[in-house]
Order: sequence, then structure tokens, then C-alpha cells
Amino acid sequence: MPSFHKKKENDMARKMKSGIGRRGLLKGAAGVAGAVVGSGAVTGFPVIWAQNNKNIVLRQFGTGVSNINEIAEKCKADLGITLQMTALDSDAVVQRAVTQPNSYDVADIEYWMCKKVFPANTLQAMDVKKIKYFDKIVPIFTSGKLKPDSVVAQGTAPNTVSFVEGPGSTKFTKGQTGWFTMIPTIYNADTLGIRPDLVGRKIESWKDILDPKFKGKTSILNIPSIGIMDAAMIAESAGIIKYGDKGNMTRAEIDKTIDFLIKTKKDGQFRAFWKTFDESVNLMASGEVVIQSMWSPAVTAVRSKGIACTYQPLKEGYRAWGGGLALAKHLSGAQLDAAYDYINWYLSGWVGAFLNRQGYYSAVLETAKANMTEDEWGYWMEGKPAKGDIKNPQGVVMEKAGAVRDGGSFYDRMGAVACWNAVMDEDRYMVQKWNQFIAA
Amino acid sequence: MKRVSAWITYLQVAPLALIFLLFLVVPIATIVVVSFFDYDTTRIIPAFLLQNYEELLLSPVTWRTYLQTIEFAAITWCLTLGIGFVVAYFLAFHVRSATWQTVLFLVCTIPFWTSNVIRMISWIPFLGRHGLANTTLIKLGLIKEPLEFLLFSDFAVVLAYVHLYTLFMVVPIFNSMMRIDRSLLEAARDAGASGWQTLWNVVVPLCKPGIAIGSIFVVTIVMGDFVTVRLMSGGQSASVGLMMMNAMSLLQYPAAAANAVILLLLVLFTVAAMMRLVDIRKEL
Repeated sequence: MPSFHKKKENDMARKMKSGIGRRGLLKGAAGVAGAVVGSGAVTGFPVIWAQNNKNIVLRQFGTGVSNINEIAEKCKADLGITLQMTALDSDAVVQRAVTQPNSYDVADIEYWMCKKVFPANTLQAMDVKKIKYFDKIVPIFTSGKLKPDSVVAQGTAPNTVSFVEGPGSTKFTKGQTGWFTMIPTIYNADTLGIRPDLVGRKIESWKDILDPKFKGKTSILNIPSIGIMDAAMIAESAGIIKYGDKGNMTRAEIDKTIDFLIKTKKDGQFRAFWKTFDESVNLMASGEVVIQSMWSPAVTAVRSKGIACTYQPLKEGYRAWGGGLALAKHLSGAQLDAAYDYINWYLSGWVGAFLNRQGYYSAVLETAKANMTEDEWGYWMEGKPAKGDIKNPQGVVMEKAGAVRDGGSFYDRMGAVACWNAVMDEDRYMVQKWNQFIAA
Repeated sequence: MKRVSAWITYLQVAPLALIFLLFLVVPIATIVVVSFFDYDTTRIIPAFLLQNYEELLLSPVTWRTYLQTIEFAAITWCLTLGIGFVVAYFLAFHVRSATWQTVLFLVCTIPFWTSNVIRMISWIPFLGRHGLANTTLIKLGLIKEPLEFLLFSDFAVVLAYVHLYTLFMVVPIFNSMMRIDRSLLEAARDAGASGWQTLWNVVVPLCKPGIAIGSIFVVTIVMGDFVTVRLMSGGQSASVGLMMMNAMSLLQYPAAAANAVILLLLVLFTVAAMMRLVDIRKEL
């Protein structure tokens, strides 16, 4: 299943905080080598290519989820722009975005990173007038409200870091301005995965992971910045802690959360803590755990082994994440024009459909819909039962006819986001406390 | 004339000295320097701060983690030494033919033809809740409920260590034993020593260098390990190496560097203590 592995790798690259050092390094090295060639070529003859994207090279680096070869190939075919993609793990992405601003043209980063990276003044805001589909971008990223009556979730909600005061500014604004920091690429809502055949009860709340019935059969992820959020969802749901903002806890809130985790661990509630995609799949598939934090491709992976696994919607809502494309500060002239062409092409539908078929969501729904079949749209976006087999972009059957997406429609899922992935001000303290939890 | 020969000596030493300088001294010096740096979410800021060490040494977590790591090292050392000594003794003294010695010795190394991560991971399906061990025991009627402590526990961690590192004990001890002059054993017997007395008063003292070398291997590897602890304990246990990994994954390199310096000092002291007990060079 090459296609699945690809997706899996993408996801791993995005989420894994460790363990792929060597691979990351190799890719990084390849990217740098490519970058040198690329920039040399472009600065050589900028005038000749001003009206023509054919010889433009854009160096894009990011967390790998949206660094997809098919997109680069299609981009070359449609626009003539050569995309050189480099995938790194998320920590390396943040570091590179800040410390090596000339090594890339387009940064594919997540919204929580944007909060840290954009103020470093290595990226430039985009003029919304040049973004053709700006008005059609899902409002989560502009007004923050999916529907007019929605409440903006906690954490680093995309709209809070989507606009700056003006060209050249690095100051985020509360409301919308004409200067957009990132074009959303993919986003999704995470929740708990369960083994419906083994839990033997209805799961409807994050606190159900604490049920004594599941003693020694649960797991959460051991990536501090995401794990603490899942823990917070559980603690709040169990009525143990009420947070001001789960995405930016105070020291007291961190202390309480970790104390809660340590107590739960000592009671023997957890079987293991996983760090990589594969571990989460194996824990679930082998029956070592029956309910745990999971990412959606991992649920698909368990199912592909013929084992029942549900990405269970919970009443408190989802923990969401999202990524986007940002332009490097140094882009100008023909290259900048090409970057806008690329962005407009990105939002024009083909890419959106591609990403939707992977189970992620894309920025402009209308254009993506036009590139999908009615059945595909119904299954992925409207929560309708599939009429025929549902295939992923590589043509592998993902779901058989009759299947319904866990959590239902786009609006059901993205409308129930409780918290966005975030980076806390007390980051350093949080990691120390997290180590304490693991050592306890 | 004397001067020239001195130069030649220096030249002969130069390549190795350069390699050590470049690949050992420079990296370690860098780690020491970085351990005093400041950092924030994305950057490492050159400075001279003791904060990294303060945060590390004043935290009870650090002490607990170090204790846990030392405990793993101590238990693993005892077990690998016991098993390693017995295996080496069998190979050296009970197997008479040199051919069979070589063959059996090679058999010991066969597991090392695969990666140690694979050898470790292969325990997971074996020890799991629905794994081979539990299934067999249940089918035999020996237990009713699967034994949970088999996997994702300290037991699993130590088991993996012993499995992975016993050979590091076997090889040097076997080597020491093969150098023992067999006439010494005959002399001991002629002088009326029992089998145990010969073992304790002749074989063990003469194996000391082998034991020391094996111990250094095992203890240093276990002290610096993070993969085994993470995979076999399912993230439930901590080790010093794992602490560093956590810090590094959040770009807190200075904190990890400070931890590395402390661990390095601890391991150096341990090795120095072993060298005190046994003069390896003399015995080689």
C-alpha cells in the first residue's frame, strides 16, 4: 500500500517531534543543496522570466503533510513553476523559518508556529487583493467563526494569527485587515480513537478514558505540547480543572494538570504513552489499549488491518490543528508574482480535492467540490453514507460503500472544535513538568 | 638525532590525536559550552548562565530519573554478569574442541546480525496482553488472566537490556578465560582445592579484566540508553537519555547539554571507579 505509507509518512513527519533525525537531516541536506541551485538560477536572469513562470523555482519547506509530490508535479504541469519541497519535523521547521530566512521561498508551517515565527520578521504578509479566492476561504481562517454564531475556540485559533497591520508589519490584529499571513492548506480535528468491539460501552466524553473499566487499557501521546492538550480536555471534562485557556495555561494550571496525570498514571490507568504514529497503530491493533489519543490516518491504518476502530466524536469537542503557506520576506519581483500564482492555483480546486480525499480539509470548499465526485463530496464533507467505494488520491479503496465518516460532516466536526494546537508562554516550565510526569 | 626521533613520534601520533581532537574533544567542548547558553522557543542564545544546571540539579525529577537509570544499570549489570560468566565458563572450560568453541561462540553472535531495535521490538508481540507468552500460559492453564507486567514495565526494560547486552559480557570474559594457563587449574586441584575454590580463587581473579571491560560496556550503554526504555516501558518509565530527548525535541538544546554534561561526569566516575578496582592495562 504505497499510497497509505506515503500518507502515513506525511503525518509522521508533521507530528513526530523526534526519532526521524537522520531522515530529516538527509532531506534537509538535499533541500539545501537544491536551494543553492535554485536561488542561483533565479537571481541570474530575473527580467527575462518576469512574464513567464516556466523557469521559476520556488523552494518550499514544511512539515510534510502538505509537501506532497503529486502537488509539485501538477503545479509544474499547470503553471510551469518548479516546486522544490523539503520535509522536516516540526521543531526543525520552526528553527529554520526563523534562523535561515533565505533558504526558502515558501514556508509551509502550522498556525501555532506562525504565532512564534511571524514576529521574527522573516515572512511577509500577503495582499488579499491579489488572492483570487480570498472571499471563499473557510471563515475559520478569517473571521474565526465557521458559522456566524460560532464561538472562537481556545488555543492558537488561526484567525488570531492570520492578519497583520500592514505590509511589512509583524503585529497580529484582532480583526481582518488587507494583509494575510498564511494561506490555509490543510486542517483537521483530532479526538480519541476507540476499539468499538472492546470498549463495551458508549463513549461520548473525553473523561470516559478515565473509566476504571479501562484500567491499564488506555494511552495518551507523549509529545508534551500536544499531550498536555489532550490531558487538559480529559481533566476539564472530568470536572477536575477549569481552564482559562487550554492553549496557554498558567503555571498553576500546568501544575494541576500534571498532578492529575501523575495520579492517573499511579492508579495504573495507562498502558503506555506513544510517541510515533506506528506505536499508536500497534497499541490499538494489538488490543493493548482500547481507547487512546489518535490521529486520523492512524485510525485508517488500524481499520485497514480489518480491525474495527472508530474516531469517536466527543461532546466536549475536538482538538484541531491547521497549516498554511507563508511567503518569505525576501521574495520580490517575478518570484513574488509566481508565488501569488502558486497560491491562487493552490486554492483553485485540484489541490483542495486531493487533500479532502486524504481525509483532511482544504481552505476553499467551493472549488474543491467542483473537483470531486458527488459521492466523494457526500462522504468526506457532508457525512453521508458512501454510495460506492471511496478511494484515496492514489486510487486505493479507503472505505466500502455504505460507510459513514466518523464524526459526520465538515460542519459537525470543524464546528465542534474546543481547542487549537498551540504553543504556551510557559512552554519551558510545561516541559519540565511533563518530564516529571513521565518519571513519576 | 634525538630531536628528530621525537618529531617522528609526534608525527606518528598525530593522525589519531587529530581524529580524537576533531571527533571527541571538539564535540564535547561544544556540549559543555552550550550547556551554559540561554534559549527560548526558537533560538539558542549565547550567554553564560547557570540556570540550566540549577533547573536540572534542583529538581527532584532529575534525581529520581538518575536513580531510576542507575537502578536499571545495576540490575542489568548483575544479570548480564551472571549469565555472561556462566556462558563464557561453559565455552572456555566445558567445550573441549577448539572448533566447537568457535562454532558456539559464533552462535552467540548470530542475534547481532540484525539491528538491535528489531531484536527489541520483537519482544513486544511476544510479551503483549494477547502475545505468545500470555496465550501459552493461559492455554496451559497456568494463569487465568493475562500477565500485564510482562510488557510496558520495568521488567520488560530489564529483559530487553539483558537480551541485548549479555554478549558484551560474554566476549571479554571468554577472552580472559582462554588466556588462563590450564596448568594453574591442575595445580589448584593437586593442591586439594575443590571445584568452587578453584573457581573463586583462581578463575574469577584471573577474569577480572574481562569482567571489568564487559562491565564498562554494559554500564555505559545502559546509562546512555533512551530507545529501549521508551519502547519497552511504553513511555511509562524515564531515563536520563529520554529526558534529553524530550528537551531536544522542543529545541531546548542548552538544557539537554547540561544534562549530558552531568551524565558524562557520572559515567566517567563510574568507569574510573572500575579502573581503580581492576588495572585493565596491566592484565591485557
